[in-house]
Amino acid sequence: MSKAKVVVSLKKAVLDPQGRAVEQSLSRLGFDGVSDVRVGRFIELKLNGVSAAAAREKVEGMCKKLLANTVIEDFHIEIED
Amino acid sequence: MSSPSRLRVAIIQFPGSNCDDDALHVLTKVMGTAASFVWHKDTSLPDATDVVIVPGGFSYGDYLRSGAIAAQSNIMDSVRNFAGAGKPVLGICNGFQVLCESGLLPGALARNSTLKFECKDVFVRVEGMPTPFSSAIPAGRVLRIPIAHADGRYFHENLAALESAGQVVFRYCDHAGGVTAEANPNGSIGGIAGVCNAKGNVVGLMPHPERASESILGNVDGRQLFESLLMSFEGKAGGKQ
Repeated sequence: MSKAKVVVSLKKAVLDPQGRAVEQSLSRLGFDGVSDVRVGRFIELKLNGVSAAAAREKVEGMCKKLLANTVIEDFHIEIED
Repeated sequence: MSSPSRLRVAIIQFPGSNCDDDALHVLTKVMGTAASFVWHKDTSLPDATDVVIVPGGFSYGDYLRSGAIAAQSNIMDSVRNFAGAGKPVLGICNGFQVLCESGLLPGALARNSTLKFECKDVFVRVEGMPTPFSSAIPAGRVLRIPIAHADGRYFHENLAALESAGQVVFRYCDHAGGVTAEANPNGSIGGIAGVCNAKGNVVGLMPHPERASESILGNVDGRQLFESLLMSFEGKAGGKQ
């Protein structure tokens, strides 16, 4: 069994107003020197009977078809055995 | 099709659609078409469907992304085939998001730059290539139509290509038709409120024309999209059965 963790976030070229709002809030709380805050989405899933290599390929397909909208989002996959 | 006013319009219903009844009301009671609902689990559109409308709402609770889950539902394969045959498809608000997510329309819709649910009347300018939902509206005409959305910030990676292809059909503007930053309610690239596919038969827009189609509601500007639809069929009536 493999476990996949997927992080989906807006592409750098796409404005992230949520990230900007969080950044402003952090600054108001006194956390100085914070920049480029991006808010994304985290998806975790298990894959039964699939090797780590096959799992990555499979999850990549999921990201392109459903988990991310590649017009505006990037995705990052981590596979754990 | 017997006459343009008896067009058979299929209005797709997903769990969470909430402008489906508004669309049905306007299409039947105001425009006089033979419109009916089609459930998302159905695997085919009713025979001889002339037009498909994907209405507004919050399909699947906007889970994952607005329109993402609905775009994978059973009925969308039929809608894809229908659109592929060059037949008219209109997506309103969440319907626009569904059509973008399903690949029937270019681009994507992200969270409003204001981070607010924007619910108000806006002005949009009609432009671009002729589509079944805009061809009877003179280019440059300004319509006042309400919006009600949180995820309406249109994005396309090649705005210039989209514009030169004539695929920008509606643009947020001021009352005089000027496209300004102030008139853009959600941060959409190029002030885009609605687009069409390359052929022009699939159209999506964030504003709600079905909420502005009766004088009792104080605004009939939105009705021009549906009048345009009927006229586009009148023009073709001789060529159809």
